[in-house]
Amino acid sequence: MSQIQPTHDSAVVTMQGVSKFFGTFQALKTVSIDISVGERVVVCGPSGSGKSTLIRCINQLEKHDDGIITINGVTLDGSKKSLQSIHDHVGMVFQQFNLFPHLSVLDNLTLGPIRSRNMSRANANELAMQYLERVRIPEQAQKFPTQLSGGQQQRVAIARSLCMEPDIMLFDEPTSALDPEMINEVLDVMVELAESGMTMVCVTHEMGFARKVADTMVFMDHGEIVEKTDKETFFVSPESERCQEFLEQILPH
Amino acid sequence: MNRLLLALCFVLLLTGCSGDWGWYVVDPTTPKGRINLKFLLGGLYYTIALSVTAIVISIIVGLLVALPALSSNRWLNGFNRVYVELVRAIPILVMILWVYYGMPQLLNVTITVFWAGVIALALSDSAFEAEIFRAGIQSIDKGQYEASHTIALGYFDTMRFIILPQAIRRILPALGNQLVYMLKMSSLVSVIGMQELTRKANELVVTEYRPLEIYTILLLEYLVLILIVSAGVRWLERRLAQ
Repeated sequence: MSQIQPTHDSAVVTMQGVSKFFGTFQALKTVSIDISVGERVVVCGPSGSGKSTLIRCINQLEKHDDGIITINGVTLDGSKKSLQSIHDHVGMVFQQFNLFPHLSVLDNLTLGPIRSRNMSRANANELAMQYLERVRIPEQAQKFPTQLSGGQQQRVAIARSLCMEPDIMLFDEPTSALDPEMINEVLDVMVELAESGMTMVCVTHEMGFARKVADTMVFMDHGEIVEKTDKETFFVSPESERCQEFLEQILPH
Repeated sequence: MNRLLLALCFVLLLTGCSGDWGWYVVDPTTPKGRINLKFLLGGLYYTIALSVTAIVISIIVGLLVALPALSSNRWLNGFNRVYVELVRAIPILVMILWVYYGMPQLLNVTITVFWAGVIALALSDSAFEAEIFRAGIQSIDKGQYEASHTIALGYFDTMRFIILPQAIRRILPALGNQLVYMLKMSSLVSVIGMQELTRKANELVVTEYRPLEIYTILLLEYLVLILIVSAGVRWLERRLAQ
């Protein structure tokens, strides 16, 4: 029973011995990690290492097969209560933005608050405009997603998630689908979000971003957390050989 | 298209000059011809009422049959497959006869010709609508469901606000197709005595002995009706594409 308790009081997310299979392929191998309030975790690793699966298990886009995940102390077991806990606390930004193409930017942002938070349209519009200003594109509110650049679309997606006022934000390679010149406008918004104290778990290869905001660096390979450390140790003297090799490959020469 | 239609009418009128044709039965310049034309056009109301009522019902039933197919539940999937395969296998004419003559006896009810026609057409078409909806919904990227999950929408809100609005835009040409198909298939309801376009033409032929002219008018009636519907569907497509 002691396993179910968060290992320390301020943990928003705890994962203990979490495994995930796709058919016979094991994407996560008994992974354990705690994420505390306000912590900024950057997850990196080669493709297929289970990084995306890890964060997708946190909001149950993938159901884990084994182990225990809790959010604010609620165990994710597929029950209504655990689903509610995810809906109340966890936001997510995707690699492909996943905006709703048939809705205007404003409607993309207000749909969640209106339908699942029972907010009035006026209040939801106000909230949406507030977050659009925060991601610096209030003038695009009436446009449709396809009329925006990739960078703008991703900022709308971030604003859409923030409109649900989550306690923790998951980012699944948020800049990987962007043209190079648009990466920074998205990272700037993410840095600001980090500075505002948001708990964040980011799967990304943007090591400049990681250096700037990460409290904790996680390196994954073959479904395991190989290295979990503060960023100074991570970038200067990573312990494992696999991690050293990976860093050599992705860091600029 | 319009020019083609005019040319066709012109040719028909010209041929009317020869002795073999008898356009007089539908000549709008004579009182007799006007009465006959009015009689023929009198079927328009039921053809439209029948088709529109049937398509509305079949779209609703089709959607309700399509949704179980998208579930991971084996029984719901099975229900969809059995419904689609069974209903799709029944010829529409047989369905009309069964609903009008068979069903009342089975359920011990009386049914009007109109509602028998509507039920038979809607049932037959619903299996096709179900497949169209299934294809449309399955064409939506799974990222849309995932994004919907992250803004805390449940199944029905996800379908209503995210998936169906996008799916319907994609299947609109196919739905338009079904409406055209329905207008044509409604002619089969004439066999149980529904006073729609085809039945009217049949009755006039019996009294006037002029099948060629009367059925040509009937053919033109369907052609014009369907061209108008097609234009309407295209207009709707353009509007929704914006």
